[in-house]
Amino acid sequence: MRIFFGTLLVCWLTAGTPGQPNDPITILQKVDANLTSRTRIMESNMIIYGRRGNRTITSKVYAEGNQKAFTEYLAPEREKGIKMLKLGNMLWIYSPETDRTLQLSGHLLRQSVMGSDLSYEDMMEDRRLTDVYSAKSIRKETLMGRSCVLLELSAKVNDVNYAKQKIWVDEERFVPLKQELFAKSGQLLKVITLSEVKKVGSRWFPHKMNYKDALKNGVGTDFVILKIQFDVPIPTGIFSKAVLRK
Amino acid sequence: MKLAFQMAYKNLIGAGLRTWLNVGVLAFAFWVILFYNGLLDGWNQQARRASIAWEYGAGQAWHKDYDPLDPFTIQDGHGIWKEAPSDAVPVLIRSAVLYPQGRMIPVSLAGIVQSQKILALPTATFLKNQTEIPAIIGRRMAENAKLRAGDQVLLRWRDQYGTFDAANITITGVFKTDVPTVDQGKIWIPIEQLWKMTGLKDHATYYVLQHAESPKTATEWKYMAQEKLLADLDEIIKSKKAGSAIMYLLLLAIALLALFDTQVLSVFRRQREIGTYIALGMTRWQVVGLFTVEGSMYSLFAMVVGGVLGFPIFVFLAKQGIAFPASSQDFGIAMADRVFPVFGPSLIAFTIALIVISATIVSFLPVRRIARMNPVDALKGKIT
Repeated sequence: MRIFFGTLLVCWLTAGTPGQPNDPITILQKVDANLTSRTRIMESNMIIYGRRGNRTITSKVYAEGNQKAFTEYLAPEREKGIKMLKLGNMLWIYSPETDRTLQLSGHLLRQSVMGSDLSYEDMMEDRRLTDVYSAKSIRKETLMGRSCVLLELSAKVNDVNYAKQKIWVDEERFVPLKQELFAKSGQLLKVITLSEVKKVGSRWFPHKMNYKDALKNGVGTDFVILKIQFDVPIPTGIFSKAVLRK
Repeated sequence: MKLAFQMAYKNLIGAGLRTWLNVGVLAFAFWVILFYNGLLDGWNQQARRASIAWEYGAGQAWHKDYDPLDPFTIQDGHGIWKEAPSDAVPVLIRSAVLYPQGRMIPVSLAGIVQSQKILALPTATFLKNQTEIPAIIGRRMAENAKLRAGDQVLLRWRDQYGTFDAANITITGVFKTDVPTVDQGKIWIPIEQLWKMTGLKDHATYYVLQHAESPKTATEWKYMAQEKLLADLDEIIKSKKAGSAIMYLLLLAIALLALFDTQVLSVFRRQREIGTYIALGMTRWQVVGLFTVEGSMYSLFAMVVGGVLGFPIFVFLAKQGIAFPASSQDFGIAMADRVFPVFGPSLIAFTIALIVISATIVSFLPVRRIARMNPVDALKGKIT
């Protein structure tokens, strides 16, 4: 009997309950708190590695919650002036070359963004992890010299791109350092490596991300944040279709 | 009229090389017209037969939101048709990505009933290997993805909610077809398997019908008759015919120009002969008729010469066919690697009529001036 109660006590102490610091849901909530914000203005480089050379695309993003986002491509010359507007689950793209605005929906959203390993849908998918996944703590690991908790996430809603994820979360900063995205069958599909974690205001935020399609040859696509501001006022009227042609 | 033919025949034979040059050019135009049209007719007939056998059956019923020319309709263009004819074959199409040797190839994943007999697709080979996801692909797809029968390759798709799934499929057979739309970028698997993979049980994008008559279609499904499905192919052949007509009509125009010149020269050089005919009692229009018959007889000679010399060549081509390079079959239009021209009676009759009538008209135009000639001046050889 003493052994039974002893085991029960150990289990209770180690399993973690909601609200406890080592509880996977609490960790995930802290990750969400770090990664999501009310508003965000960001300038970034997307580096696409190809067989014939690399391309760097610079863009500036204005975002409000997870429903509104406006992106303008600043460089190179070929992509300069392309604008994207996301409102809810709708996405419009404006091309200065044709002076036309195209609404992307359905299958088009699954196309690659400028030949990268990211799809438009990947870019639009910014629901909080806690909204779509349940989490289970697997073990602790050291990654990039940081002590991490490895969480296994399982989708709790149907309309999610990846049924399972493995996520290595920095125990101290609550920032994911690596994500493995899996198909329903358990096949690894994508690996995201996050690095250059810097403090922005009161939060830690990774400034470099590598997206790699695990089924395809190549080194993937790098996403480097040059400048980021959280919870700052967004210029009025920026989330309207009229801005696309300005 | 019999006299006119006899005289025309003698005059033409007597003219020697001039006659045979005209006949040769007209015969060549006859061959070219016959060859081009025969080739296009042969292509059309082969393509129609192949399209019916491999893709269309006796007709199809499409989901109202499905449009094969718009790949973006694949996602939502499917449904359940409870009143579907029992012998109709359901086909469900989904988008997927194939990963052969670390490359990424977007494909259409098509589910079809393994036991179907309407289409020539070798669906029985699904049973060849007892694998979880057996698949058959066309020769072009196999070459593009560098796959062979027995190979395993990773496929990624999405279920009905959009969640990614991936698994290895086994190529159980590679088929050869002249219809690229069932081959290029397409992977065929058992529909029951695709239903399981996507969660779209009993759904279909379209049905292939066994019988030509329109079934009672629900509002969700639109009946596509065989002729309607083949209309695009007919349009392509029609436009090809129009394009090639420019070339052979140009050739025919050159031949007719030579004939026109010959007639002008005849009227000029044979004025005394014309005057003699009129002096002997022929009316001017009878002489015009004589010269016109003479001109149109070039075309009759051309038909005989062209027929005698061309017959063995055309029979040989119709039996052996004409090989086309592999690249010409990648344009997305049904085309065999060897096209057998068809020289039907209507084509031959049309070509003969075209050449004889046009030659007669062209022969008549320059000899009209005979009707205005003064017979005395003509006898003296004076041009009026």
